[in-house]
Amino acid sequence: MIPMLACLVVVPGAVGDLLMSAAMKKHGEIVEWSPSAVLSLAVTLGRDYYVLVGIFAMAVSFFALMALLSAAALSFAVPITACSYVLDTALAKYLLNEHINWQRWAGAALVAAGVALLST
Amino acid sequence: MPQLKAPARTHIPLWQRRVFAKTLVFALVIITTNVLGSYALKRGLDGVGVLKSLSPLPYIHAFANPWVALGVVLLICWLCSRLALLSWADLTYVAPVASTSYVLSALVGRFWFNESITPAHWLGIFFISLGASFVALTFPNTTRPRGGR
Repeated sequence: MIPMLACLVVVPGAVGDLLMSAAMKKHGEIVEWSPSAVLSLAVTLGRDYYVLVGIFAMAVSFFALMALLSAAALSFAVPITACSYVLDTALAKYLLNEHINWQRWAGAALVAAGVALLST
Repeated sequence: MPQLKAPARTHIPLWQRRVFAKTLVFALVIITTNVLGSYALKRGLDGVGVLKSLSPLPYIHAFANPWVALGVVLLICWLCSRLALLSWADLTYVAPVASTSYVLSALVGRFWFNESITPAHWLGIFFISLGASFVALTFPNTTRPRGGR
């Protein structure tokens, strides 16, 4: 039960991040900040399947975290979420074609280790 | 008499400086709204009590608490600013840099609420800060040419 919940926290969380990022890359850089442009952007994103599935995946991850917190200790549940930084980096490299240099790998690994330490 | 040449200075193009400045502003908004939103939500939910029901009504009722409502509004601002930043910055840039909110939350707990921070926590704060600094020093966008819609 607990390993399955841990997977449901990490994997949908990373997939949600990936889909959101893919949707925003597809849209392109936001340069117009007038109220009408922001409203138009919200409508566009509200119809984007990547955004909708991304929000759904993040919601699954959030509720799985709630369930995990009720079944396991905080010192186990939160460090598990830190895995998502490394998973995000690997998925972004292969699926979003981001160029990951050593600084980004080291950064993701250090952040994951730091989050794990912070929640002990 | 030989001419003394001025030392070469690293020239950062204007558009790159613009991207770094915009990224810094949005990263600060993401970090601040995350820390303040989580704090407001925690404070509000402490007042509401434990939510154990499967019915949505207790959750909807919790929104009547001003702290919960403020927390939700701030977390919506967090999501929107994160999406905006992802429109020009890589996911592998945004996620580690935004994790600085863990550090800020821990420091707020230490200096505002007098919570204790163990040596392991200080080490965690150091690791996150170092990791976020490594990533923040790279250029935010590695996949697209400059400009956009």
